[in-house]
Amino acid sequence: MINIHSLTFEYANHSPLFQNFNWNITRGETWALLGPSGCGKTTLLYLLAGLKFPTSGEVTIHGEKILRPRPQSGLILQDYGLLPWSTVRENVVLGVNVRKFYGADGKHTPDNFIPKDNIESWIQRLGLSEMADKFPGQLSGGQRQRTAIARTLALEPDLLLMDEPFSSLDAITREDLQNLTLSLCEEQNITLVIVTHAIEEAAVLGKKILLLDMPPNQNPLVFENPNAGKAGYQNSSEFQNLCRDLRNEMQKRSGQ
Amino acid sequence: MKRRDVLLAAAAIFIIWQITAMVVSMPILPTPLTVLVVFFNELQNGLLTHFAVSLWRVTAGMLLSVLVAAPAGLVIGGSKRLNRIFSPIIYLLYPIPKVVFVPVVILFLGIGDTSKIIIMFLILFFQIVVLVRDQASGIAPQLLQSLQSLGAGRRALFRFVYLPASLPAILTALRQSIGTAVAVLYITELSATKYGLGYYIYYRGSTLLDYPSMYAGVIAMSMLGLGMYFSVDWLERKWCKWKFVN
Repeated sequence: MINIHSLTFEYANHSPLFQNFNWNITRGETWALLGPSGCGKTTLLYLLAGLKFPTSGEVTIHGEKILRPRPQSGLILQDYGLLPWSTVRENVVLGVNVRKFYGADGKHTPDNFIPKDNIESWIQRLGLSEMADKFPGQLSGGQRQRTAIARTLALEPDLLLMDEPFSSLDAITREDLQNLTLSLCEEQNITLVIVTHAIEEAAVLGKKILLLDMPPNQNPLVFENPNAGKAGYQNSSEFQNLCRDLRNEMQKRSGQ
Repeated sequence: MKRRDVLLAAAAIFIIWQITAMVVSMPILPTPLTVLVVFFNELQNGLLTHFAVSLWRVTAGMLLSVLVAAPAGLVIGGSKRLNRIFSPIIYLLYPIPKVVFVPVVILFLGIGDTSKIIIMFLILFFQIVVLVRDQASGIAPQLLQSLQSLGAGRRALFRFVYLPASLPAILTALRQSIGTAVAVLYITELSATKYGLGYYIYYRGSTLLDYPSMYAGVIAMSMLGLGMYFSVDWLERKWCKWKFVN
């Protein structure tokens, strides 16, 4: 589904974050991007989102070169990206309104876009019914993140990109939303790419974990984690071993 | 602000005025009660017409300023390139006291309402454009990226982000501009007109030495400013509900 071919990316006056980097993702996979601060995790996510562009090489999704944000991709950021002046309901319907604003032009909106009356069901599904008329400033972090998820899923994306979405949440809310995200992605057959700096979170969410190095990243190091998301997995020795391996690898790569 | 607090403040001002007038005891400072009686009499003797003319001029000046300055501020603030081009120009022009251009504008546009409205526009334009530009350029990039990821291009960003995000700044700019606008209105109505509260106050005070009438005009002008101030507050409560929730 996603092909990153010979990607080189650098910010102006900085050394490259990625150099001749190759990476492939198959439809329906759940990937966690892990690595130390400054290794390029978020940049890689933004390259997939079409918000940043390679210095050389290319990013293609379903064979199409990414030149702008792709209407079928959803992006959820750490601070949720909710409009503070819009209620929960207005925020959830925002993506649909943007699509209606442009119409099915194939550029901002999929050319087969037909507005669906699915907003209330997503509000209900994400447990937001009681706060649908509240503003983001009146919500807890977990409720805001639920709103951001509802807004993105209401557009029925085939790719969900998340940038440290649960990092500011308490442990219980984080676990709850991790499970919700995994079950929704599985149910809707959505490919998930999630950036995290937490080893345990990567091991919980990613059936595949891409460990990034200090730049420039050249050869992706991938950890297979097929049991991610299964009940009780976090208490298994397999989970503990994976976390230990990831930690060791990160320490080794950062020279500690 | 609570209505009760505003009424209490108004009562306090009137009491201070009453005491000062009694202490000074000169015709140039009549008591508020005397002025209020004259005010209600004058309403039927032309004060209302002067009020209406002033209201039209100041509303037209402010509306024109908002309609031109708000989109200009949004466009400049929303584009780094335009911001780089226009900011030095605004920086140079903003501090110039535009009121000194009153004679020049009258020479160009004549003595009618147009010149008075344009002078107000010249002053208010910069106040509004600067506030709106700063608000628009200060929008968190994550918010824009989040919208872009939903498919929003430049037009949708203006419709769904820049405009609503700048609405409080537009209203703040308006609120801050009301005092200036009314002051400028007074100056523009001092000459080349026979209508408007500025003319009324000046004529009654300086020519007829009818001080109670002059103060009636001052009250009318204060009510004009206050009415506009309350209107902006009302609009903010209506359009920016999110600012007033806990």
